[in-house]
Amino acid sequence: MRLEVNGEAVEVAATNLADLLTERGFDAASVATALNGDFVPAPARAATALGEGAKVEVLAPMQGG
Amino acid sequence: MRLYGIDIASRLFLGTAQYPSPAILAEAIAASGTEVITVSLRREGAGGAAFRELIAASGCRILPNTAGCHTARDAITTARMARELFGTAWIKLEVIGHADTLQPDPFALLEAARVLCAEGFSVFPYTTEDLILGEKLVEAGCEVLMPWGAPIGSGQGLRNPEGLRSMRAHFPDLPLVIDAGIGAPSQAALAMELGFDAVLLNTAVAKATDPVAMARAFGQAVGAGRVAREAGLMPRRDMAQPSTPIFGMAEFP
Repeated sequence: MRLEVNGEAVEVAATNLADLLTERGFDAASVATALNGDFVPAPARAATALGEGAKVEVLAPMQGG
Repeated sequence: MRLYGIDIASRLFLGTAQYPSPAILAEAIAASGTEVITVSLRREGAGGAAFRELIAASGCRILPNTAGCHTARDAITTARMARELFGTAWIKLEVIGHADTLQPDPFALLEAARVLCAEGFSVFPYTTEDLILGEKLVEAGCEVLMPWGAPIGSGQGLRNPEGLRSMRAHFPDLPLVIDAGIGAPSQAALAMELGFDAVLLNTAVAKATDPVAMARAFGQAVGAGRVAREAGLMPRRDMAQPSTPIFGMAEFP
């Protein structure tokens, strides 16, 4: 399935958000996720199915003002 | 100063972006005496793990921001992600209205503040000195307002001191934090002398030739300005008035 993860087009085998994080090598405990513009809480990731062309954001703490 | 039930002694909030190195950032945080630092959420890149350790080691309270968001929806999603990631309900709510001026979009700001306050967030809205907008934000549930001094990163200081003075008078008991546009410690001291409760800044420290020394200077300026406010400034006069008594002056022939 083709997805957009952090703005990058990728081909993945994962069909849910939790598996996607594992497949893409993210440290699941230290990121926050959004699917198609909506926040997905960590406990809901495994039950969140990914559709073709879904836009996923995986964000981490960064410097800010 | 009490913010959402938390006592904060230091009246300087410090941003964590644009420092020459993580080590200088850590030293600047310590030198400033701040207890509140702002952070953001971005796509995971190199150095993420080190930054997480640095902010944890600082011992400061974390104020995540929604910097760069141009819609209420983006800001709300970012705030929800921040609450999970940082384990805090505090959110510096920025909804930018224009890419060049970085001034807040008052309508989207209010919309996002209503949603987030209802969800239990402690919202710190980056706003203007507009009194009606301030009232609406308070009605939405904001217990603090953060009016801009000048456009973000501009270093212009307090562009509209009279408007800010009116805002202070209009909200006498509400914590007000000057957020953005401060370029020099003297400007931060002026904000405190006008009666603002705290100052939030970033670029003025991060882009100084010596950020650690500048952080210390801002900490001192904010402290001095606060003491001056509490001490009560003398009234301004249009004409001179001798400070040395006239009575008892000699008369020389």
